[in-house]
Amino acid sequence: MQRPQSPVVRAAIAAALVLAGTGWLGRSPAGAAAAAFSNDDKTILHVLNRIGFGPRPGDVERVKALGLQRYIDEQLRPERIADPNMSARLSALATLGLSNREIADTYELPQLQARQAQKKDAAQAGDNAPAAGDNVDKGRMPDPLQQKANRVVVELSDQKILRAVYSERQLQEVLTDFWFNHFNVDARKGPDRFMLTEYEREVIRPHVLGKFHDLLEADAKSPAMLFYLDNWMSADPNGPHMQPMAAPRMGRGRFGGLMFPPAARPNAQGKNAPKGLNENYGRELMELHTLGVDGGYTQKDVTEVARAFTGWTIQNPRLGGGFRFEPRIHDEGQKIVLGHVIKAGGGERDGEQVLDILAKHPSTARFIATKLVRRFVSDTPPPALVDRAAARFRDTDGDLREVMRTILTSPEFFAPESYRAKVKTPFEFVASALRATGADIQDATPLVREMQRLGQPLYMCQPPTGYKDTADAWVNTGALVNRMNFSLLLASNKVPRVTVADPSTVNTILGDDVSETTRSTIAKATNAPQMAALTLGAPEFQRR
Amino acid sequence: MLSRRIFLKNGAFAFVSLGFAPSFLARTAFAQGRLGTTTRAKQLIAIFQRGAVDGLSVVVPHGEGEYYRARPSIAIPRPNAGDGAAIDLDGFFGFNPRLQPLKALWDRRELAIVHACGSPDSTRSHFDAQDYMESGTPGVKSTSDGWLNRYLQARKVEAATPFRAVSLTSQLPRMLQGAAPALAVSQIGQFGIRAGQASDMVGASFEAEYAAAADHMLNGTGREAFDAIKMLKVADPSKYQPDNGADYPRSPFGQALKQIAQLTKSNVGLEVAFADVGGWDTHVNQGAGQGQLAGRLDDFSRSIAALVADLGDRMGDTVVLTMSEFGRAVNENGNRGTDHGHGNAMMVMGGGVRGGHVYGKWPGLSVDRRYDGRDLAVTTDFRDVFGEIVVRHLGVNDARSIFPGYAVSPAKFPGLFA
Repeated sequence: MQRPQSPVVRAAIAAALVLAGTGWLGRSPAGAAAAAFSNDDKTILHVLNRIGFGPRPGDVERVKALGLQRYIDEQLRPERIADPNMSARLSALATLGLSNREIADTYELPQLQARQAQKKDAAQAGDNAPAAGDNVDKGRMPDPLQQKANRVVVELSDQKILRAVYSERQLQEVLTDFWFNHFNVDARKGPDRFMLTEYEREVIRPHVLGKFHDLLEADAKSPAMLFYLDNWMSADPNGPHMQPMAAPRMGRGRFGGLMFPPAARPNAQGKNAPKGLNENYGRELMELHTLGVDGGYTQKDVTEVARAFTGWTIQNPRLGGGFRFEPRIHDEGQKIVLGHVIKAGGGERDGEQVLDILAKHPSTARFIATKLVRRFVSDTPPPALVDRAAARFRDTDGDLREVMRTILTSPEFFAPESYRAKVKTPFEFVASALRATGADIQDATPLVREMQRLGQPLYMCQPPTGYKDTADAWVNTGALVNRMNFSLLLASNKVPRVTVADPSTVNTILGDDVSETTRSTIAKATNAPQMAALTLGAPEFQRR
Repeated sequence: MLSRRIFLKNGAFAFVSLGFAPSFLARTAFAQGRLGTTTRAKQLIAIFQRGAVDGLSVVVPHGEGEYYRARPSIAIPRPNAGDGAAIDLDGFFGFNPRLQPLKALWDRRELAIVHACGSPDSTRSHFDAQDYMESGTPGVKSTSDGWLNRYLQARKVEAATPFRAVSLTSQLPRMLQGAAPALAVSQIGQFGIRAGQASDMVGASFEAEYAAAADHMLNGTGREAFDAIKMLKVADPSKYQPDNGADYPRSPFGQALKQIAQLTKSNVGLEVAFADVGGWDTHVNQGAGQGQLAGRLDDFSRSIAALVADLGDRMGDTVVLTMSEFGRAVNENGNRGTDHGHGNAMMVMGGGVRGGHVYGKWPGLSVDRRYDGRDLAVTTDFRDVFGEIVVRHLGVNDARSIFPGYAVSPAKFPGLFA
């Protein structure tokens, strides 16, 4: 789609490229006082790029009228921000409001039943049905039930893109992305793909500006995490639990390589009933969720934490069941975690005590503060800001809104060296490009596919570490070429069912801070879509 | 640290590019010319099994009764014990039955195994252990580059092409990150600017933007990208179809290895290639001769066997190395799976390898011989395997800069090469 470039467009671009940025801080971060807000365009662009997914046409003017300080205050209280257009944008996505149980009934059970029937047939035919995971490259006919089941994660992914692009509660969306990634669950592990809708909606999103302990506990009791890190099957090896329970199903290792694997093979009733300890959750809870790998725990602590969480299981993972404490597989003995004695006989309280110990631990405050500062300020978090954010975390009993306020009002956040210090992740790149072009997304699914091509498939990060948040992970030759190609597709309206408003408006987004070559290259393009593509794919737009 | 690294990278590039325009053509010619001589460059293909493969079920110590006591439901049966039994290698060790496609290599003495191999660091964190195996500095997190990149730095090649080091992944792995240029590309056929008839013009515009960027990191990576695009267009790797009946699985891993063979055969100067494959973190229902692990090994071994067949006599100059961040606990866990462990098995394949032998001192599996009383102990530091490959296969005289803080010494090499 090529559009002749009108003189008006040229004039608009020229004007946009000389946006004044004179107010940009020459201040150095001195002292711990909150920064004074400068209301110039460059500062506003910086804030829009950091606490949200980048500016839309007109956003700079809107924030300028409102005042930067007030904008940041508002964003810290997302529940008070009207978001009138969001529900219409999401209305076609029928699974978003469903519970795990409703999703299981509608999308998972039919598939399981079909599979069981199939297996029965195969057994009768004397065929040795292959196990799931075998022969991964054997061609398979697309299974309509499988495709229907895949809709659940696709709709969740559509939602993530739509909110990032259209929600007025930008900080909430950035934080939901951050905390989901912090408590990462891979949709490709068994029934987890049916649990992530509720997981993000009930566990992550409501807590991103609340108390860390509440988030941690909600996460520890979520079926999605209990399944992902195998805790639901972890049992006291010496416990009186050998009588059959609801049959657990096969799970994949969390580095499972398949996309949307077929439902795991149902096993004979009780055959795989939990018989022993599984350390997976205990380890990652400390390494990734709270203390950090250098937070001062030992292998002994891992085992003790795993013992404390025995019995934290799922009512029935194949039927969308919720958290359940099962005393029959709980290890009732005394545990010692990081020097704290957890007395014998605590039952479900054992796990809660561990969460209390971890949430209050100074290593947790520092680990969370470091990650947030890395996300919002710099790949090399300024130590003084980490100190202050960690102190705020400890002083407020892990109040994440107050920790965020400390970061977003700090001199380091507004320091010149923080400007464009972050390279966008593929998701940030795509969301910011859609915002910059004022895109109308009639269907976000083609964009979900683009995210796979760009190397950050949504809800499908294999390791529990989540995606990396530093430039070295995202800047490489292949990734850059992919970004340029995405820019071309988007700007020329070749992403199906996504229409950019006016490709020339994107040029306002970079402000005046571009190289002479970028400026002249864009100006020399023969049509507006190419101009937009050369802007979105430019080195300057890869940073935020 | 990052910007300094990139600065060095750009400096190197500027030097190479001086005077010869267009430089990529000169380098292509060089790479191809080198082929005609008898001194064909050595090649290393590194494969990372991410997620910690259970080495005890890959290279099975079937001669040790403790293995069967520790694994009541998931042990690989002794050789000749019917379906799913181990394939005997030397009377004590045996292959998982799904490694059958690699058995011919073992029989030809072109496949060596180093067992009870791993890291001196005790971590059982996937993230840390992968990081250490890739940085080559176990226990030191601050290392900014990977050991394969330091190899590229240590052995400078005049007129290196953008394809000297290629990772068939969408992100550049830690092992190849660093000052020396390395390319990450998951689909070589799709590598280029795609704008229909305007592709060349738009590509040139993007190239100009990145060439002018004051941003060192994006500037350097942009240059590498456009050099590679031009060279790939000339070499056209897709025209190289598999030789010798090589039958690659359609899996992502199989396709990655196929592309490595295509790049190799198109003579673009590929010296170091990298691919990874996941699905090894078998905490639950690992399976034995059938099941989860077996399915992954099936893809793994058929892919490698296809690569070896496809490369044919080029394997005389090639080493294929497999690794995984740590092994898994000796005892199976409560869910018919295995938790994180320590020592593991590595495989080294190639025409110059003294294969048909399991290297390393076998520590035994009885509880008193285990690491922490639970895991296979490490008797060979992985740096001794990497070091021997770097020195004896790739021809680096002094490997100290590649493994800082470690005394690389032939006395400690397993003896994989004559």
